Amino acid sequence: MATATRRRAGARRAVRRAGAPLLLLLPSLILVGVFVYGLIVANARQSATDNHTAAQATGQAPTTGVGLRNYLDLLGSEEFQHSLTNLVLYTVVFLVGTMIIGFLWAWLLDKPLRGEGFFRSIYLFPMAVSFIASGVVWRWLLNSNQDEQASGLNRLFQMIGLDALQNNWWNNVSVGIVAIAIPAIWQLSGYVMALFLAGFRGIPVELREAARVDGASEWKLYRHVLFPQLSPIALSALIIIGHMSLKAFDLIMSISKPANYQTKVPAVDMYVFKSAFDYANAAAVGTILLVIVAIVIVPYLVHTHRQDKR
Amino acid sequence: MRGAPRTSAVAAVAAVAALALAACGSNGGGEPESSGSGGGADEVEVFTWWAAGSEKAGLDALVKVFDEQHPDVKFVNGAVAGGAGSQAKDLLQTRLQAQDPPDTFQAHAGAELQDYIDAAQIEPVSDLYDEFGLTDVFPPDLMDRLTADDGEIYSIPSNIHRANVVWSNRQVLTDAGIDPDATYSDLSAWMDDLAKLKKAGVTPLAVAQAWTQVQLLETVLLSDLGAEGYSGLWDGSTDWKGPEVTAALEDFQTLMGYTNTDRDGLDWPESQQLVIDGKAAFTVMGDWAEASYEEQKQELGTDYSAFAVPGTDGVFDFLADSFTLPVGAPHPGGAKAWLETVGSSEGQEAFNKAKGSIPARTDVDMSTFGEYQQSAAEAFKSDTIVSSLAHGAAVPVATLTAITDATSKFTSGASDLAAFQSELAAANAG
Repeated sequence: MATATRRRAGARRAVRRAGAPLLLLLPSLILVGVFVYGLIVANARQSATDNHTAAQATGQAPTTGVGLRNYLDLLGSEEFQHSLTNLVLYTVVFLVGTMIIGFLWAWLLDKPLRGEGFFRSIYLFPMAVSFIASGVVWRWLLNSNQDEQASGLNRLFQMIGLDALQNNWWNNVSVGIVAIAIPAIWQLSGYVMALFLAGFRGIPVELREAARVDGASEWKLYRHVLFPQLSPIALSALIIIGHMSLKAFDLIMSISKPANYQTKVPAVDMYVFKSAFDYANAAAVGTILLVIVAIVIVPYLVHTHRQDKR
Repeated sequence: MRGAPRTSAVAAVAAVAALALAACGSNGGGEPESSGSGGGADEVEVFTWWAAGSEKAGLDALVKVFDEQHPDVKFVNGAVAGGAGSQAKDLLQTRLQAQDPPDTFQAHAGAELQDYIDAAQIEPVSDLYDEFGLTDVFPPDLMDRLTADDGEIYSIPSNIHRANVVWSNRQVLTDAGIDPDATYSDLSAWMDDLAKLKKAGVTPLAVAQAWTQVQLLETVLLSDLGAEGYSGLWDGSTDWKGPEVTAALEDFQTLMGYTNTDRDGLDWPESQQLVIDGKAAFTVMGDWAEASYEEQKQELGTDYSAFAVPGTDGVFDFLADSFTLPVGAPHPGGAKAWLETVGSSEGQEAFNKAKGSIPARTDVDMSTFGEYQQSAAEAFKSDTIVSSLAHGAAVPVATLTAITDATSKFTSGASDLAAFQSELAAANAG
């Protein structure tokens, strides 16, 4: 009898302890629940119908459930496979580019350097520019005319004698998307640099001194002391840049056009489907993108959650 | 130490209050004034994408005539700038979906309206044609093209453009040893001169991004298949997989070989400018290009020439901007007044003179129009009229998107001719 009352009292205390925070969180929980997760479910349901025409979109004609048919059709179509290939290519080049350049800059600036603040601002500044605005300028630079009619970077290569470097940039059907990664790398390397710089600064000086006292060479210092300390930073940079690149849309709309086959990515496909009243396919592309991003982010979240628990 | 948190708290509260005021203020200002006034005929919100250039000039001229003809109806400009109509179309899609239609909106006449008709978003205006007496003054071919499958007409065209026009730079041709006044009986004769231009080192044919390539494709199909065959492509009587279409696509491939390599990054004004500046010799563009020439004070016959795409003489590849009557328009009386002005003789004369196109009515006095427009109006009266593919007159939006995708894939080198032809056939079968 006494233990039951104590258990009830304990439970009441637990509820009271959890009650206030829960109440505080409730509005956000409800909003996220409805507008994020609720709409994700609505989107998934839309993608499982055959809502491909304007008539169906406004309810004038009936829609029927078709299960996974839209997904199978999309994934089997050559065009969407090309979009996915472009996406993977873009992500890989973008990631490698920003990580290497960002790390290099952070490493250079980490040494006591005069004017470090100045360089830091210059490298970080492109991130403040909107992709659409910078895309307009990069469209001129990446103009694909060569030889006599060349302009932009191709003309620059001609002027400094590197004629062989001329190419058709983003007009190349197989690897044109890599040309679009160049402005993206330029804009976001500064961000990765800032992350790594913070990482470098966060390593206690004692560790470096201890390693030097132990007789470690510069290279061994980096490999065994600094890099392991930087790996969480590198991982979070990888995840953030990775999911940014999976959503690539505005840069492509700005430099190329949505109709261009060379630079198709899933986000642009979604826009084109929507404009043509094909809501079921647009929803399917959206869900596929969500799954791809989830594959990247969810393990990371689980990993950090487990680390926090420890 | 205690002062700092308090001052920052006060500053934070002040900032939040200022933001809240700004948000509420803009909400209040953005609300339409029509919420107070009742009735259906006191104003009209006209939704277009004519927000700049000669299009805006045309709209302003039309509004002046509207104010004269209907002084009691207020004109509300709902124009949306940007993207040559793609922004406006996106916004329109959202508004129609949310059942908040404008009183009237601009759309290309013809099959582009099919989606709106299927979605029951626009009303038929055939009775307005009788009321305003338009049936007799529009060419019968045009009336055919405007009539939807159910026998009704759903919009009133304000202007007509022609899409099968070649523009040339006479100086570039003379420099390359070609007669700038030469006429070509068909595409192969033209291709001989294009080859000469390529040897001379100038871009023979300037073209821009995907939709202009689709426009080139449609003129090639028109030239090789003739007006009947071309129209048959859209109603199913011409076989997309047949040998005539294959021959036409081969011609298209040859022509694309003569174009500028940076085409996919350009829009039509830039490719037109290549010809005006002398960097390219020819371009195939609709006659809205005439406005660029007028702006830059170029003279027809001296600096540039305009002629029908070789093989399409006597065929007028039309597209028309038109105005519709949406279902559930807040002010149907105002919308009808606007449609009356759009279809009226004074309205069409004022609008087209400023915009550079020609009236849909055949009874407008053309003597005050420019030289090119007069010749175009003559052609419109007597030529066979066919619907443009690239501008929404021949096929609905989804089909056009599929055709554009297939064309972009082909011209960027990702598919061969056979694949291109089967993709086009598939796009039109659906």
